[in-house]
Formats: sequence, structure tokens, C-alpha cells
Amino acid sequence: MSEVLADGKVTGGDPHDGLAALESRRSSAETFGIPLAVLAELTHRCPLQCPYCSNPVELDRAGSELTTEEWKKVLSELAEIGVLQIHFSGGEPTARKDLVELVQHASDVGLYSNLITSAVLLTREKLAALADAGLCHVQISFQGNEPVVADRVAGLKHAHGKKLEAAKWTRELDMPLTVNAVMHRQNLHQLPDIIQMAVDLDADRLEVANVQYYGWALKNRAALMPTLAQIEETSRIVEDAQARLKGILAIDYVVPDYYALRPKKCMGGWGRQFFNISPAGKVLPCHAAESITGLEFESVRSNHSIAWIWQNSEAFNRYRGTSWMPEPCKSCEFREVDFGGCRCQAFALTGDAGNTDPACTLSPMHEAIFKQAELEAASDNNRFLYRNFAGGTLETGD
Amino acid sequence: MAGARHITVSETSRPVLPRHAKLKFDETRQVWVILAPERVLAPDEIAVEVLKLCDGIRNVAEVVDELAAKYAAPREAIATDVVAMLQDLADKGFLTEAREKTHE
Repeated sequence: MSEVLADGKVTGGDPHDGLAALESRRSSAETFGIPLAVLAELTHRCPLQCPYCSNPVELDRAGSELTTEEWKKVLSELAEIGVLQIHFSGGEPTARKDLVELVQHASDVGLYSNLITSAVLLTREKLAALADAGLCHVQISFQGNEPVVADRVAGLKHAHGKKLEAAKWTRELDMPLTVNAVMHRQNLHQLPDIIQMAVDLDADRLEVANVQYYGWALKNRAALMPTLAQIEETSRIVEDAQARLKGILAIDYVVPDYYALRPKKCMGGWGRQFFNISPAGKVLPCHAAESITGLEFESVRSNHSIAWIWQNSEAFNRYRGTSWMPEPCKSCEFREVDFGGCRCQAFALTGDAGNTDPACTLSPMHEAIFKQAELEAASDNNRFLYRNFAGGTLETGD
Repeated sequence: MAGARHITVSETSRPVLPRHAKLKFDETRQVWVILAPERVLAPDEIAVEVLKLCDGIRNVAEVVDELAAKYAAPREAIATDVVAMLQDLADKGFLTEAREKTHE
């Protein structure tokens, strides 16, 4: 049996690629099968202000969000073209008053639905209504294992306590729970306790995700970047817990690529197995793609079908496959292993999304960036720039 | 506790897919899939045959008997494969038991 994470991330230690197994049965290299799962970012509104938020720095305003009817049409279209799972995300998806209605519609058209939430706006009644509407799985983000660190990172008082409560309701309602923990220098010391917290919450799965540095996280890199020693310790802790908790808690581990030798296969390769839809309806190859200037992204509000946008639009084809690659990617034996790494990171760090991702040792910029990360990790710059619609607010106090 | 949900598959187990793991025929790709939290599993033909029989009423021994008869294959070999496949699914949290649970 093969397996793939529906959001394009490869699971730790599993060499199988379920999607490849499915997709290899059909079509040529020129056409790409419809993704198994799609991320629906319902809104960029969020009560939390995490300094590593994966939303773009230029957030979509409430007024530009797709309407309930538009989202329903999108969900129907996705199911029709062969998408199997939908991830309701944001921003904070529960900030949308129509979430129960959208989950119900996803169920009606046969989509398996996941909720990716900060959980602070949930009540037990709301969660029960979502379960009744057919919600299949809840993923709750945690910023630490106790309120002092967690509420500071979230930029919201009492957030941690509310999350613990919502996690308990999730299990009481017999829905599977994933704990998502984004890790960085300000909370890595809590990892063993976070793992125990996930076990105590009766979670099925824990995502230990090191921060990826674009958008808001890049602005906060100096405060977030872990040291190389911390990363090595993290990997050891995760591997130990994976072995110890087999059959009790599944742990997925997203490594930080600044300290890697080879870049990550970002999104499973640009335009190969993943797209997301932004609050305003843009169809994007990844949730950070709008940070790349000079690319035009088509909208579900255009005259094009979603399948057409996926197969034919300029933005999806620009970095799809291997023909766009410069050296050293072009002749690299790993070009179809990592597809050149991450386009957003290449753009953020080199100014050109068509360059080799500097996370790769073969990039001429790798050495300098690795050194920069080490310097920042050793610095005592711990002040956050919180994420918000105003372009960010500097942390005050201590 | 998650530990209480951990099951050890044996011939007396009565396995069934939990609410959050859905076995479904994918019309677009013409393959069977199991939809699970943020994952799509691609069970092979044998796994699909086994899972269709895992209704929470039959126990594993009965599933093995049916398959051994259907394929005129040695029962022992089939039992080994079926238990291993189901245990793998259980370890990933995508299989539960219809009746009393086998605690760790």
C-alpha cells in the first residue's frame, strides 16, 4: 500500500509516492493529473498573529473574499474533476460564518473534508455542527505546550487554553485529531513536552514542522532561526518518539531546509500534485506563490475552468517539470527528485524564482545563506514582527 | 488515551474501517482509494478484497477462510499476509475493532 500526504508533503521515512503510483497509470508527461487534495484558504482574517504565518505579507481583505455561493461552485467543480479531499484553511477558516454550510456542501459532493484551524473561535456547539455536516478530520495548531510561550508566539492571550479545550471536544466528538506544531528557536526547547501533550490529547497525528522562511517568516528569520545543534537535537527527539509511539501517535516531520544539503521537493514539484485557492479565488501552485512578482495567477472568477487553469495557465506551466531549469539543476541527477526545490524561496533569497533554490549546496548562494542563518541563530534578536493586516506590528515588552 | 485505541490484529479481531477512513472507488483515476486524514492510500487489489470483507461482523479468521476458498490458496500464507496488511493499517490509525478492544 502506498501513501502520500494530501498536501504534497512527503511523510517522514516513507519512500513510496502514492500519487505517482496513481498518476503513472495515465497521461503523458505533458499533462498533469488533477491533484488528490486542494487547500481552500477561505479567508486571511485570523485572531492569531503568528510571526511565521504562511499567508502572504499582502493579505486579502474581507471584501475580496469569495462568497458562499462562489465557494460552493468551486467545491462542486473540484469534486467533478477528481479532487478527493478538501482542506479548509485560512487565515482562520472558522472566522467564516458559512463554514458549516461549506463543509456540508463538500460532504454532499463527496469530498473528504479536513479543517485546519487555530481553534480559538470554536465552541463545542460549532464543532458538533461541523461534525454533523460531515467534517472528517480536525487539525489544530499549537504554538507551544504551555501558555507563556504559546500565547506569546500566537500574539493572543488565552489562546493556548482554548486550543486545549477544542482538542478535547474534537476527540469527544470522535473526530481524528492532528496537532500541528510549528517549531523555531523560541519554542524548540518544548518539543518533548509538545509530543507528550499530543499523546495526552489523544491525537492521532502530530506534525512537527520547522518554519519555512518566506513571507512573514522571512521578516522574522532572525528571531526564529534555530541553531544547527538545535536542529540535530530535534531530529533525534523526533526519531526517538516515532519509534517509541508507533501505533499510538503518527509523527510527520518537516525538516528546515536552510541546514539541509539538498532542497526539499517543494509541493511535490511546482504544478505537479498540488494547488490552493486563495480567499479572493486565485488558483495558486502553493500558498506562498503570490510572493513571486511578475507571475499572473488566474482566478476561479475568470471564464476559465479550474481544470483549464491547472493544465494550461502560464503561472502553472512556468516552472513545471524540468525544461525551465537553469544550471546547475538542468544537468543534475536529482532534477526529478527535488524539481529544483522551492520557487518562492529562490525568489525571496535570490530575486529570481527561476534560480536554483539556495537550500541546495549546488547553488552558488548556499554557503552565504547557511552562514547568515548560523549568525542569526546565534544572535539575541528575539523580537517578533506580528502578522496583521497593517503590515506587521513589532512585539513590545520584555 | 491514544494507547487505548491501539489494536493488535489477530484471527479473532473483528476489524472495520473507522468513520474517518473511507474506502471509495475513484471514478476519475479508476482505482480504489482509502481517504484518511490528509492522506490518500492506494490499496492494492488484495487489500481492497480484504477491506470489503472487514465489516466489523466477520472476524479475521472468517475473512481468511473466504479468501482461501475463493483463490484456492494455502490458508496459512493468506492468514500471514492479511494480518500483516491489517496490522499496518491499524498502526497508522486507519483500522478499528467493532467489539472489545485488545489493549496494549
